[in-house]
Amino acid sequence: MPIQYYIILSLALFCIGIVGVLVRRNVIIVFMCIELMLNAVNLLLVAFSKMHHAIAVVNDKASAAGTDAQLFVFFIMVVAAAEVSVGLAIIVMMYRNTHSVDVNFLNRLKN
Amino acid sequence: MNNLVYLVPLFPLIGFLINGLGRKSLSKSLIGIIGSGAVLASFVVSLVLFFDVKSHGGFVVDYFNFINVDSLKIPFAFQIDALSSLFLLIITGVGFLIHVYSTAYMNDEEPQHFGRYFAYLNLFIFSMLLLVMGANYVIMFIGWEGVGLCSYLLIGFWFKNDNFNYAAKKAFVMNRIGDLGFLLAVFWLIQKLGTATYSDVFAHASSLSSFDVTGITILLFVGAMGKSAQIPLYTWLPDAMAGPTPVSALIHAATMVTAGIYMIARSNVLYSMSEVTMNLVAIIGLTTALFSATIALKQNDIKKVLAYSTVSQLGYMFLGLGVGAYTGAVFHVMTHAFFKALLFLAAGSVIHAMHHEQDIRKMGGLKKYLPITHITFLLGCIAISGIPPFSGFFSKDEILAAAFAKNPIYWGLGVAGAAMTAFYMFRLYATTFLGTFRGTHDQEHHLHESPSAMTIPLIVLALLSVIGGFVGVPEILGGHHELRSFLSPVITTEVEHHIEHSTEYLLMGISVAVAAIAIIFAINKFSKNPELEEATGFGKVLSNKWYVDELYDTVFVKTTLAKGKFLKNIIEKNIIDGGVNGVGKLVNYSSRQLRLIQSGLVSGYILFMVLAIIVVVLIWVNDGYIYKFFSTLF
Amino acid sequence: MSATQIIFWFLSALALVSALMVLFSKNPVHSVLWLIAVFFAISGHYILLNAQFLAIVNLIVYAGAIMVLFLFVIMLMNLNKDMESQKNLWMKLAGTISGGCLLMILVSLVRQSPEIAGKIAEVKTGDIGLIGNLGKVLFNEYVVPFEISSVLFLSAMIGAIVIGKKD
Repeated sequence: MPIQYYIILSLALFCIGIVGVLVRRNVIIVFMCIELMLNAVNLLLVAFSKMHHAIAVVNDKASAAGTDAQLFVFFIMVVAAAEVSVGLAIIVMMYRNTHSVDVNFLNRLKN
Repeated sequence: MNNLVYLVPLFPLIGFLINGLGRKSLSKSLIGIIGSGAVLASFVVSLVLFFDVKSHGGFVVDYFNFINVDSLKIPFAFQIDALSSLFLLIITGVGFLIHVYSTAYMNDEEPQHFGRYFAYLNLFIFSMLLLVMGANYVIMFIGWEGVGLCSYLLIGFWFKNDNFNYAAKKAFVMNRIGDLGFLLAVFWLIQKLGTATYSDVFAHASSLSSFDVTGITILLFVGAMGKSAQIPLYTWLPDAMAGPTPVSALIHAATMVTAGIYMIARSNVLYSMSEVTMNLVAIIGLTTALFSATIALKQNDIKKVLAYSTVSQLGYMFLGLGVGAYTGAVFHVMTHAFFKALLFLAAGSVIHAMHHEQDIRKMGGLKKYLPITHITFLLGCIAISGIPPFSGFFSKDEILAAAFAKNPIYWGLGVAGAAMTAFYMFRLYATTFLGTFRGTHDQEHHLHESPSAMTIPLIVLALLSVIGGFVGVPEILGGHHELRSFLSPVITTEVEHHIEHSTEYLLMGISVAVAAIAIIFAINKFSKNPELEEATGFGKVLSNKWYVDELYDTVFVKTTLAKGKFLKNIIEKNIIDGGVNGVGKLVNYSSRQLRLIQSGLVSGYILFMVLAIIVVVLIWVNDGYIYKFFSTLF
Repeated sequence: MSATQIIFWFLSALALVSALMVLFSKNPVHSVLWLIAVFFAISGHYILLNAQFLAIVNLIVYAGAIMVLFLFVIMLMNLNKDMESQKNLWMKLAGTISGGCLLMILVSLVRQSPEIAGKIAEVKTGDIGLIGNLGKVLFNEYVVPFEISSVLFLSAMIGAIVIGKKD
């Protein structure tokens, strides 16, 4: 598959995530959109990993090029899991204090 | 002798500093002694220098580099030669007499103002000495500006009177117009020759194109016009009579106003290269001489008559310069300094006696009350009228003879002016000193001869007016014209004129006869029944000075004020203020709007983040050429 | 069109449609379910790229653990109904337009970029994504970061407990 297809697919998913963050006001949906953006990036990394491997294999059959990128994806997932646990804790906390999950309710940044 | 040169301007400078700083603590007599003594000391040094120059020739003393920019070097140097040493004598000599005179004349002032007066006078002497001693045009310009400043300060000496202040401002502004011309000429010289030092300029003058020479000399002449009160910049001088009378005598008759003549005589090498400028100088000089003489015919203020007479005589000097008789012009500067200072001081003596009454219609018959003043004033009048063997005859005759050689019409008009000079001077004399007293009884009761501090300078100046002409007796009358041979190292381009001796005798005879007739006519006419009523008809035009002030007022002052009003009301209010306030309002409004962005909503911030990313990508990817990017989009 | 291509296009369409549905669903629970669909599509892509390990991890961690966490929170808060007011139309418009602009610009960048023109991402072949190979690298070169990530988990756990504590 041409790498452009994967890149454009990732960009599309990423931008959908951005639009979601911008448009939705439910903090949980916003958080999910962030996860969507992370996944778009992961997909891109894997695609690039395979692209580099394809290039390296031409010269060296046993080349391990591209392994690093897949491990990065693995670590991203690890971090994402940690992040989600903390983030959801914060959301629960917020809901407990404000009885709302509307991001615009959190406009204290103004002050 | 070189080591004495700096003393000449130093003494007046010290006098200025002492009198200026100590004016509140020093006593009047001490101030007078310091002020006069400083000038006397300068005079003594000048005398030494003069005789040194007479026997050994001129020299230049270089002190330090005043301006040193790239290849342009302007030293602070003094040039002592025939011309400057002569002027030094005139300035310090006449200046000293006037200082002495002032100690009595200004005695009514409070000590503080008395000190201020002498400080200004000393500063003036200092500036004038710089002007004539400078070895380049820049030093001359420093003095040139300095004397203008002192003139302003002294005209407005009695600053509580608004009219005097206006006169001072007028003098200053008119001088500034001339100064601009001078300055431009100096810039032009530096641009073309890379130097402003006289010796270098004159040595390389031949490398200048005729256009450059004409431009430079005309601009210099504009400067001279302002300083020496020539048409069209002469109207400040009569108004400058607002200052104390000794100031009028020193600055506005004897010394400062002759700075223009000095400058042109100094630059004679340049002027002689440009026929156009020479003609212009001659024509302006002659026009001024006649024009102001006609005005002087109908003035009733004793100082105004003398002021217009001064303008007229300065016109003669410029006529002399214009026809190439540089020596004659300098000669006339010298004799004029004597007799015009004398006339002014005598007029001051009259004013002093009359308790500051200056209208000659309220005088008359002062002969018996003020004998010394009367005699000296009469001698001054004869001298200015050009009756031999008084000094004015020799100098004026020399100028007229040169004018004849150049163009007989110049001569004819010059003689007409001389006749008018004789007429108005003796009108002034007859109205003031002859006939019967027309003032109040109170004034008559208090009439008295002035103190000796005032009469002694009068006597000395009268003596000089009588004999001063003998330094320049022309060869035709059996003299050797010592002044010409003395000045010949400096004035190298004197136009030699050759007139038949018989013609020259005839010319002298005619001018003397015309003057004598005018004198007799004036004495007859005015001693018995002076003009007391307001002039009518053409006389009214003359007594109103040809309405030149009104003309200038309409043409320059009113239009300038109208322009100023336009700028103030339309440009300033609407455009500049509007612009400034508009920027303020815009910033105010836009920040009021921009403030709303700070909503505190998370999605708002993220939106701007996304927009910023878009902009950054656009700029970064395309090296700023965003339009190129859009062309590749589709 | 080969089977690979068919699978690619199908999975891409599924990912995009599901992602859009995440956005448009009114009910948060539906959003979560659509997001799980997106993750399944992405996992499918991983398998297509012969990265089986990541595909499985993606399913376990994301679709399994994380999304269950989301569902749990939503249920906990009883949010399974539409609570959003529709007042902020301006923000919706601006967000959509700017997101669209960003997509357009980035896509055009990709299309004109010379570095990736003609490059191929190999599908079906290549064994770097197999668990054996990845495990060797992970436990050799990346063993320290791997251990540090366990500390991260610990701290995340403690953080979540501290934040969620009733005080």
